[in-house]
Amino acid sequence: MKDNPFSLWVYLSQSPLLWLTVTLLVYAGTDAVSLATRRHPFANPVLHAMWIIGAFLLLTGTSYTTYFAGAQFVHFLLGPATVALAVPLYENRKRVVASIVPMLVALVAGSVTAVVSVVLLAEFAGLPREVVLSLAPKSVTAGVAMGIAESLHADPSLAAVAVILTGIMGAIIVTPLMNCTGITDYRARGFAAGLAAHGIGTARAFQVDEIAGVFSGIAMSLNALVTSFLVPLAATLLVR
Amino acid sequence: MLASLGLILLCQLIGEGIAHGLGLPLPGPVLGLLLLLIVLLARDRFSLLAFGPLRNDGVETASKGLLVHLSLLFVPASVGVVQKLDLLASHGIAIILVLALSVMVTLLATVLTFRLVSRLLRQQDAR
Repeated sequence: MKDNPFSLWVYLSQSPLLWLTVTLLVYAGTDAVSLATRRHPFANPVLHAMWIIGAFLLLTGTSYTTYFAGAQFVHFLLGPATVALAVPLYENRKRVVASIVPMLVALVAGSVTAVVSVVLLAEFAGLPREVVLSLAPKSVTAGVAMGIAESLHADPSLAAVAVILTGIMGAIIVTPLMNCTGITDYRARGFAAGLAAHGIGTARAFQVDEIAGVFSGIAMSLNALVTSFLVPLAATLLVR
Repeated sequence: MLASLGLILLCQLIGEGIAHGLGLPLPGPVLGLLLLLIVLLARDRFSLLAFGPLRNDGVETASKGLLVHLSLLFVPASVGVVQKLDLLASHGIAIILVLALSVMVTLLATVLTFRLVSRLLRQQDAR
């Protein structure tokens, strides 16, 4: 037995094991709630795991760096999981090839709307220039968005936060919004989810429908490419 | 299972290598996705390639296993919001409103364009 419980806590709270365990257990809990509510949009497992773990870090005075030393093992799997999207894409290739034209037109319309709308709205809201530039790439995966923000001398860590918030809000809003429009075409719904809300939208799309997930994954990948060209252009044309 | 994971990692590794080597604005894993897709399509064409993870749904099963809990993989990055609480305290409401409005407009623009174009194409085919 250690001399006191506090030194044991100090030891454990610095170990990656504790934070990896916390990440997995909290997510297992939020995912169980999401399943129990039949994947209700507001029971989004990422949203609830985010604030529960965040509050736990603040209460215990743990830095994000310490937390990430454990959580990085989960974070690392994002790359392989992106590669793994090739499999559902491969299995549904006939439907994908048949939809190539609507996909490409929607890609251009969607990525232009994503960048232009956020820049104009942020300027209208009177946000500082650095914040506007950091929000601009918010619809693509975090790694790409951070790269874009860096190349514009904006704040990469704020860009990552904007990406996450966009993903979570997109994942929550996509189902009710699409139900309002009355569109039941899961190719179109999934494509919109992946374009507007990247991987978190794609995770949501796979919860709803496999075809939606496939089209969401494609939209996410293509948008990463288009947005890297669009944001620098929008920054020169639209940002004061 | 191990060989399948190895193949997935190898695709990502080559993807990262190409993206960084050529300075492409595309993330390495997205190139890895393309690469794995090409490998799967090539396997169907040339039976010579159907070995190891490319046989008996090996890489297919491993990939689906990774995708089952795709949401989990975003949790570590999302907790990063705690680093920006000061900025969110000063500009949080504006930032959240801007992002929420923008994501709604983007979803609608994308889904409506997709539907419009596929309807136009179908009308053209019918003629």
